[in-house]
Amino acid sequence: MSMLKFTAAAVLVALGSTAVAQTRSAVKGPDLGQPVSAEDLAKWDIEIPPSGKGLPAGSGTVAAGEAVYAKSCQSCHGPKGAGKPNDALVGGVGNLAGKGPALKTVGSYWPYATTVFDYVRRSMPVSAPQSLSNEEVYAVTAYLLHLNGIIGADDVMDAKTLPAVKMPNRDSFMSLYKSRK
Amino acid sequence: MGRSRGAGGAGRGSEDFESDKVAGGGLLDRRLFLGGALGGATAGGAVLSGTTAAEAEALAVPSWMKTPGSTFLGYGQPAKQEAKVVRTFAGQPNSPGTGAARTPHHLLAGTITPNGLHFERSHNGIPDIDPDAHRLLVHGMVRRPLVFTLEALARYPMESQTAFIECGGNSGLLHGEKPAQGNFQALHGLVSCAEWTGVRVKTLLAEAGVDPKASWVYAEGADAAGMSRSVPLSKMMDDAMIALYQNGERVRPSNGYPMRLLLPGFEGNMQVKWLRRLKVTDAPVMARDETSKYTLLLESGKSQQFFFPIEAKSLITHPSPGLTMRGKGLYQISGLAWSGNGLISKVEVSADGGKSWALAQLLGPILPRSLTRFRMPWSWDGGPAMLMSRATDQTGYVQPTRAKLLAERGARAQYHFNGIACWAVSDKGEVSHVYA
Repeated sequence: MSMLKFTAAAVLVALGSTAVAQTRSAVKGPDLGQPVSAEDLAKWDIEIPPSGKGLPAGSGTVAAGEAVYAKSCQSCHGPKGAGKPNDALVGGVGNLAGKGPALKTVGSYWPYATTVFDYVRRSMPVSAPQSLSNEEVYAVTAYLLHLNGIIGADDVMDAKTLPAVKMPNRDSFMSLYKSRK
Repeated sequence: MGRSRGAGGAGRGSEDFESDKVAGGGLLDRRLFLGGALGGATAGGAVLSGTTAAEAEALAVPSWMKTPGSTFLGYGQPAKQEAKVVRTFAGQPNSPGTGAARTPHHLLAGTITPNGLHFERSHNGIPDIDPDAHRLLVHGMVRRPLVFTLEALARYPMESQTAFIECGGNSGLLHGEKPAQGNFQALHGLVSCAEWTGVRVKTLLAEAGVDPKASWVYAEGADAAGMSRSVPLSKMMDDAMIALYQNGERVRPSNGYPMRLLLPGFEGNMQVKWLRRLKVTDAPVMARDETSKYTLLLESGKSQQFFFPIEAKSLITHPSPGLTMRGKGLYQISGLAWSGNGLISKVEVSADGGKSWALAQLLGPILPRSLTRFRMPWSWDGGPAMLMSRATDQTGYVQPTRAKLLAERGARAQYHFNGIACWAVSDKGEVSHVYA
């Protein structure tokens, strides 16, 4: 056997063993996953990314949000989102740099307005999560953004306007994870 | 030679171990008492007790040998005398189920945390999930969305892996200007370790067929917070697991019953409990807990986001605050070390506040991304001492001093504190938290 042929054979053997190793590492399951209907999927598929994809129909005003806030939020988050006994939701905008304690609120810290909608809808109020209508969630999101000076008193939040809101702290996050993309 | 002396008689003074000293403050060679002439219970008892035969307590035949013991229990419980070995916890105002319960490591040994003592962090209580009604949905950028029952998952090939889980906020009080006074549990109790058994996430993703353009997977829990995080697809295709069992029994409700996501080495918050949904995406969702929480605010006003693996860390569990030392003599310093980036390769201990260091003994099995127990024989001279430990992992990363960590991140980072901690021992044997 010439050296060339020998090398080629060795490469083939090496490739063969790699293929075997890959087959073994990808554990094959018994394929017991069941299909899911588009209708069922929609009920669970609730998260809202920064693009706003998945935001529901409907809208909310600052004024309507003030009423939702008084009814469902104020007992934990204080008048006008000032906090106490739970997290402050308003204030501290533009004051994150420094050595002392920072006031991290929806206005000063949260980078995406879509996250406010997503979190309020899935988690709040804490005593009755998922009890607010989509209209109420839009409205209370609008109210919090307005209290933080991010949108005007007459602005309306909906599937189009909410993702377009630029939060004050939007560009302050540095990812430590290097995605392959 | 200390090691060549026979056991028995009065306890030893620190001068007896002169030739075994390996660093300041009375640290002794880590190999002392490991298979040497002094090995075994006889030597240990005699050395530590410091009591002569004439003074020894008379041995009695105990009453519990003269009456039948109690009968059987369906589910065994710890001895009633150990009732103080419990988690401590605190909730938030108006939401008692939002908060954390902490592991009492100062009262435990070994590396596996008992299930009832595994730390817990919940965001709106522990859901009471009907396992037959629970579903896991896998969808998003996949060829076909799929839903799995618990019964179906139980038929998949299962694997076990031992892994620590640490809350991103563990030891966060050490960012404070002054050393917070509390015991190990209060300061560092948000880390635990278990053997987890379940199905690899990649097996389910392969069944659904992942789009080559995908790069993230969004994981969501079935609790009242709908707690959710975005996880790199690369981790999901590596060692991520749908854990169904915790130390051999079904995962405890407080740890995600009937199933949780296990991401060995990653920040605890990402290892979503009560897992109900995995959505394959091409970008992070920017959920509340990966933006407003679990991000590290720097002095510049910028924040570090997606701080995933827990970096190498070690802490001394014994002695620690509340475990008062009883007179000079021989003690075993013991503690835990871990790294989200693999194996612990060494732990060094100092008894003089970091002036001198010596290698501690690592007790096997030493497993990657798991708690590793270390020990160090110590001849305490009865004077003030400052105990510290410093871990190095297989990547060569060395646990930083607190000063170095704060110089890099400031004091407001809140999460991922892994700096070297220090216990001060007073001449009365009392232990307290200090900054070295």
